Amino acid sequence: MDIMAIVTAILILGGLGLGFGLVLAAASKVFYVETDSRLDQLNECLPGANCGGCGYAGCGAYAEAVLNGEAPIGACASGGNEAAAKMSEIMGVKAEVVARKVALVKCSGQKTYNEVGEQIGGAKVKGIYEGFKECRAASKVGGSGPLACKYGCLGYGTCTKVCKYDAIHVVDGVAKVDVDKCVGCGMCMIVCPRKVIGMVEYGTDVIIACNSNAKGAVTARSCTAGCIGCGLCKKICPNDAITIEKNLAVIDYSKCVSCGLCATVCPKHLIADAKIRNDSDPIPAPNKV
Amino acid sequence: MEAILGILIAALLSQNFILVKFYGICPFMGVSKKIDTALGMGVAVTFVMALASAACWAVDVFMLQPLNLGYMQTVSFILVIASLVQVVEMFLKKFVPALYKALGVFLPLITTNCAVLGVVLVNAQNGYHVADAWQFLLSVVNGAAGGLGFTLAIVLFASVRERVDKAEPPECFKGFPIALITAGLLALAFMGFSGLKIF
Repeated sequence: MDIMAIVTAILILGGLGLGFGLVLAAASKVFYVETDSRLDQLNECLPGANCGGCGYAGCGAYAEAVLNGEAPIGACASGGNEAAAKMSEIMGVKAEVVARKVALVKCSGQKTYNEVGEQIGGAKVKGIYEGFKECRAASKVGGSGPLACKYGCLGYGTCTKVCKYDAIHVVDGVAKVDVDKCVGCGMCMIVCPRKVIGMVEYGTDVIIACNSNAKGAVTARSCTAGCIGCGLCKKICPNDAITIEKNLAVIDYSKCVSCGLCATVCPKHLIADAKIRNDSDPIPAPNKV
Repeated sequence: MEAILGILIAALLSQNFILVKFYGICPFMGVSKKIDTALGMGVAVTFVMALASAACWAVDVFMLQPLNLGYMQTVSFILVIASLVQVVEMFLKKFVPALYKALGVFLPLITTNCAVLGVVLVNAQNGYHVADAWQFLLSVVNGAAGGLGFTLAIVLFASVRERVDKAEPPECFKGFPIALITAGLLALAFMGFSGLKIF
């Protein structure tokens, strides 16, 4: 084999590569598509977790929708007000201040056991569920799942699986939200088959951690910490912020002043004072009358 | 015409690129979780295979063969395919944004898809790389048919996978292992077509 063959091969291949390179360079100029520079800037403001809490396929899709004026600026729960402020600066509109929301598990049925392993507290179990660990499956078994309560948290952690922020975990059979990590994207709320997860404003002091709409006697039989709709909290509330709807106490947060009186009278101890705050935050002392 | 029909049958069934020749297994496993995306990938691959067949035919016939550089086929074909996919991507982005969006991430993935390289090498092996319009047509048809075979295989596989995902296999088979076994069974089924000849 003579040396020329090698040289031709190198030249031809090099030439081909160069040729294609030039074609590509020319094509990138010819086929250049004007993209709005604001799109990249918007993308930078967003957390990039693609949690889907805004209702779009991901952060990129949301940024595009904002650019096209199809989506409101404050829809990113994860980025919060910081992202909203930056984005409104880019888009040249005024930011709306959105209160930070966090997920709240409306169930107090944490199971407690005595030293010989008998259940003494929490949501009663009506049967042993041996299927795979998935609330959506478990909730279909035996009519309403393995718990005697039709409304409470099943505790198989479907919410834990969908949470992209590692902010919700099952503790003693009931999901618990880590409010520091929760960004309020609402994925757990959507996926929960029991609809036991709701959203509250971050820093809310008084919450009713029960979801049971069953009649008081039924709730009392199925859980040691279920709202029986007795109405003591309603009576003691100085601002009429509590109503009993479908055997369940509900707080109207526009009236609630976080005095904490309701928590002191609840016979089931399920009205929690400052359950969703950080431990570091000061807890307002209830005014004992 | 008979030759074209023969090529179609071979590429779709008896010599299916994925399930018989085992080319392009990585997109086959990677983008087959949903039927929609599998179909998108299939269309993209079909498109690129047909174009690549045409481009590589030209490069081979007009550049490599006159200079006795047949042994450089593989390298130059890779070059051709990679640049081609890039140009196609830019072209679509500019003129057919809807299709660009639909194909999305699949186009760049095809750049390194060995099924595309495989189809042009098979073209060369089958002797289509001759300066003759009919042979050119045959290589393009083989490329397009290869892509259709890919589409058939990946859509079939995705349909099976969608169902298997809902079932509950033993713990050790969950996820990828059961997908590999499914692929193996599909390949076994396609082995049944081997030797199928109409003409």
